[in-house]
Order: sequence, then structure tokens, then C-alpha cells
Amino acid sequence: MWGYVFRRLLRLPLVLLAVSFVTFTLGHYGPGDPVEVLMGQKFNQEVADRIRRERGLDRPFHEQYISYIGGVLQGDFGESYKFQGQPVLDLVLPKAAVSAQLGLAVILISTVVAIPLGLVAAIKQGTWVDPSVVIVTLFFMSVPAFITMPFFVIVFVRTLHVLPTTGWGGMLAPQIVMPALVMSLGAIGSLTRLMRASTMEVIGQDFVRTARSKGLLERVVLFRHVARNALIPIITVIGLSLATLVEGAFIVETFFGIPGIGAFAVDSFFSRDYPVIMALVLMIAASYVVFNLLVDLVYPLLDPRIRLR
Amino acid sequence: MARTRAGALASAGQEEERPVRGPWALAWFRFRRKKLPLACLGIILAVYLAGVFAPFVASQDYNKQDLDQARQAPSLEHPLGTDRLGRDQYSRIVYGARTAAIVSILSVSFGTVAGVVMGGLSGYFGGRFYSIVQPIEDILFAFPGMLLLILIAATVKPRVVEFTRAFEDATGISGLVKSGVVDYFVIFAALALFAWPGMSRLVRGQILALRETEYVEAARAIGSSGWTIIRRHLLPNAMAPVIVSVSFGLGGAVTGEVVLSWLGIGIQPPNPSWGRMIWENQAMLRTPEWYLLVGPIVVVGLIFFCFALLGDGINDVLNPRAR
Repeated sequence: MWGYVFRRLLRLPLVLLAVSFVTFTLGHYGPGDPVEVLMGQKFNQEVADRIRRERGLDRPFHEQYISYIGGVLQGDFGESYKFQGQPVLDLVLPKAAVSAQLGLAVILISTVVAIPLGLVAAIKQGTWVDPSVVIVTLFFMSVPAFITMPFFVIVFVRTLHVLPTTGWGGMLAPQIVMPALVMSLGAIGSLTRLMRASTMEVIGQDFVRTARSKGLLERVVLFRHVARNALIPIITVIGLSLATLVEGAFIVETFFGIPGIGAFAVDSFFSRDYPVIMALVLMIAASYVVFNLLVDLVYPLLDPRIRLR
Repeated sequence: MARTRAGALASAGQEEERPVRGPWALAWFRFRRKKLPLACLGIILAVYLAGVFAPFVASQDYNKQDLDQARQAPSLEHPLGTDRLGRDQYSRIVYGARTAAIVSILSVSFGTVAGVVMGGLSGYFGGRFYSIVQPIEDILFAFPGMLLLILIAATVKPRVVEFTRAFEDATGISGLVKSGVVDYFVIFAALALFAWPGMSRLVRGQILALRETEYVEAARAIGSSGWTIIRRHLLPNAMAPVIVSVSFGLGGAVTGEVVLSWLGIGIQPPNPSWGRMIWENQAMLRTPEWYLLVGPIVVVGLIFFCFALLGDGINDVLNPRAR
């Protein structure tokens, strides 16, 4: 087990190196001249040449790449092209904080909704409740954000007039409600299904029958024996699902005008701000690799038949 | 998807009634009794066919503008109303289905074939072959899918457009760039690139498990060649999860295309895409005609729901242990 973890962690820098190489190559040979981006409207050939020399952009590809990696290893992700003179890290961190708050809200909402829902669905197996929950959660999981977002705006803003449309005011401002709800839908869907499956597995086990046969109240059996044990895998998954929220953030943050990582990434793609893109790709890829590793590690805990090699 | 516990076909003997023979006939028999997934199969087939025969199904050209008719409420002539340029929304959805069909079918078939071949080879021969494939898969997995898609669409596509322009100039063929073929090609390639590693891992896992079964041992004992064993024994038995994965993958590929187009880096106007259509219509949310957005988002949303219901139904039938 620990040998496996060690070997996987050993592979992390290699994967990140490859990811950075692919991204750097795409950026280097992709469209857009960074100096043009940097200078905006005031383009001047002489100044452009000087900037190119100062920033080392006239050097061959491999030298640029090696010096970039050297910088990253020392925590220096370079400077943004678009926001002149600003270190990438200083730009990214406050936006990461915004996305983290949104992510936290999403996890809170989805946990509070999904766990009781999954529990109820599993208990009410064989009635109309269970299949309805299954269908509704499937609906939540399958309908993409760009469909639900205009729908939410139509309901909450145009019809009920209860929420502001766009913007960001921190975790406690009403602006967070719609984006958090939209992003929660998918998580609610998958968590509910997981909770349902997990509960059904626990309900069939011997200790539950024992608890029932010694005359415990059904309520006590459900909360103390079933729910507690069913929650074990869920808690792990909730913690891990943070990383996957990044996907939804691209779209939701762009739509609602939230100054987070997702909207920033999309902006940077359009303005071809490669140092920012590089940093974001590396950070997200790193969290993905760790996330994948953790999921693999959790599997044997959930199902002892799976053994890691 | 590759991580779901993929089981083989349920033992057919446990079924109470056995009106049909063969695992596939049995699967179809079971699927036929599921009304909702069956209806969804019908709807999705209809959507794909509507896309293929779009000129006959749509009531007018998707790009025909009529500013006098802008922002019309639904009527007999325009069942879903018209957008801000007076284009018929129903026709735009029909033509958008064509784009969705082209991109999803191409990328899913490519991703499936590549994934099955890679997974089959690395599962059966293992060792050296897998040590080449695995790092590539790891890198593709390490990229968050959406990020990789956006990256490719934003950086590779302009280069392909340039290349195609040069090709047009050199050969005298014209209209390739204008027709938007490049958009379709890049989106398809990016989605396919992202699709095969998952499939490959799924198939490899299946093959690894099946390789140890007694009937494969028996086949080897009677002297079947490795190729015969793969083709006759391993692949057919590994197919069930592959089909489940394909049915989910179609919806996934359509989502990928639509999201990219929504962000403005997928299919470019004037070519039709659901993503672009919804993006353009979003501006109407601020106007009194916001209700015109309801039709398109409900129709497109239902199509996505159908993909999921179909995948789920197929999963239930082919993979009863994963319930």
C-alpha cells in the first residue's frame, strides 16, 4: 500500500512536467504574439524587440521552457502579459479564494440535500419515492449548466424577482445563491445516488438485522446503525469532489460574472495570456493528479476485494 | 466512467422467463420492457435523423434572417418563436442537431475504436506495450477534460485554419475554411483525444479479468493463437461495459461540443450549434422577450436528459451488478 502511494507520488512530478511541456508547446506555437498582447494598442516595433529581448522571448524554445520550469520550481510563475508587471501568483490567489468560497457553498448545499435524499430513497425502496429520486437525480446530473443557468435566471430574477442577476459579494451575499445552486445540481445528483447505493448495501447486512431483532426502534436502527455506516464512503467522496468542481466553474463563473479561477481561465484563453494559462493548467492538473490518486486509495477501503499493486 | 465497477453479463440462467436465446437478444428483451429508456432511444434516434435530414425537417433555413420577424412569440409558423435576428428557433435547433450528430458520432466512434484497440492490446500483451500507453493515458487523465478541450480549441485551431488556407491557395480548392470544416475537425479531434484513454482503461480492466478465466485457458490449451483468443473470447465478453460507456459517451461528446460553442471557441457562426444558439439568446434574458429562451433550453435540456436516461437504462440491462 505505502509502496504504491510512494510510486504514484513519484510519478506526480513527471506527469506535471509532461503537462507543462504540452501546455508550453501549445502556447509557444499557438496563435498570438505575447508582445502584441503586452503592448495592446500602442504597438511599436522597436519597443517590441526590446521587450522580447528583456523577457527572453527571442531565445530558442527549449531555453525558454527550461527557464520557465526553473522559475516555477522557485514559486515564480512569471508575469502576466495582460496585467502588466503583475506576478501571475498574485493575480491567481485572490481568484482562487473566490472559487474556493463558491466551492464550499456548493459542497454544503449538496451535502445537506443529498444525504437525507439518498437515505430516504434507499429506505423507501419498492415505493414510488425511490424511482422518482433516481430519475430526478439523473436529471440533475445530465442537464448541463448552460441550460440550468438561464432557467434559474428566468425563475428567480424574471418571474419571482427575488435574486440579483450577476456579480459577487462574498459567501454571505445573495449573489452566491444562483451560481451555487447551479453548480450543486450535479453534485447533488451523484452524491444522492452514492448515498442511496451505500445505504442499500448497509441495510442488507447482518448487524442491521441484529439491531432490529433485539427490538431497537426503527428510528434508532436507521440513524445509529444504517446512516452512520453508509456515510463512511460519502464523506470521503465529498472531500474529493472539490477538485471536480473546477469543470463547472468555467461556465458558471463566466455566466454570472464571478471573479474566480474559472472565469479568469476563460478570459486568459481569449486574451492569450499564456503565463496565466500555464499557471492555471499546472495548478488544476496537480490537484487532479492528487485527486485521482486519492480516489484510487479510497477504493480498497470501500471494497476490500480491490487490491493495489 | 472507467472507474465504475464493470461487471460482465448477468448469468442468464437466473432469469425466470427465458423467451429468447443469446445474451444480446436477452439484453434487448430486457431493455424493451423499460419504457422510459426505450422512449429516450426513440427520441435520440429522431434527433439524429432530424439532424441528418435537417433540410426536410426544418421549416426554413437556420440562417435566414428576417428582422421584421425578430423576437416573435411562438406561432404556427415559428413553433418556438424567432430570435433577435428573426431566425426561426425551431429550425436552428434542428440544424444544431446536425452539428451535434456529426461531432458526437465521429468522436465517439474514433474514441471507442482507439480505446478498444489500445485497451485490448495493453490488457492482453500487457508489459511493454502498456508501459508505452500508460504514461500517455496518465497525462491525458491529468488534464482536466474541459481545460484540455479549451486549450486545444484556442491554440491548435487557428493553426489548422492557417494550414487549411495555405492548402486552399496551393490546390485551388476553395471554401473549406468558410464551410467550417476546420471547426468540426478540431472539435472532433479534441473530443476523440480525450475519449480514448477512459475506454482503453475500461477494456484493459475487462481483458485482465477475462484473461484469467477458464475458458480462455481452455482456448489456449487447444492451441488458439493470441489473436483468435482476443477476437473470439476476450473482446465479445468485454463488450457490455463498452456499450454502456458508448451510450454515456455520446451525451458527453454532445455536451463537449455545445459547451465549447457556448464559450465561443467551438463551432463558429454562421454554422449552427445549440451552444452558440443558447449563448446568443441569453442576451434576451434582459429584455421583455425572455420567455423566448424557454423553448430552446427546454428542448435541448430534454435531449441531454434523454442521453442520460438511455445510458442508465442500458447500464441496468447490461450491467446489473452496478446498480
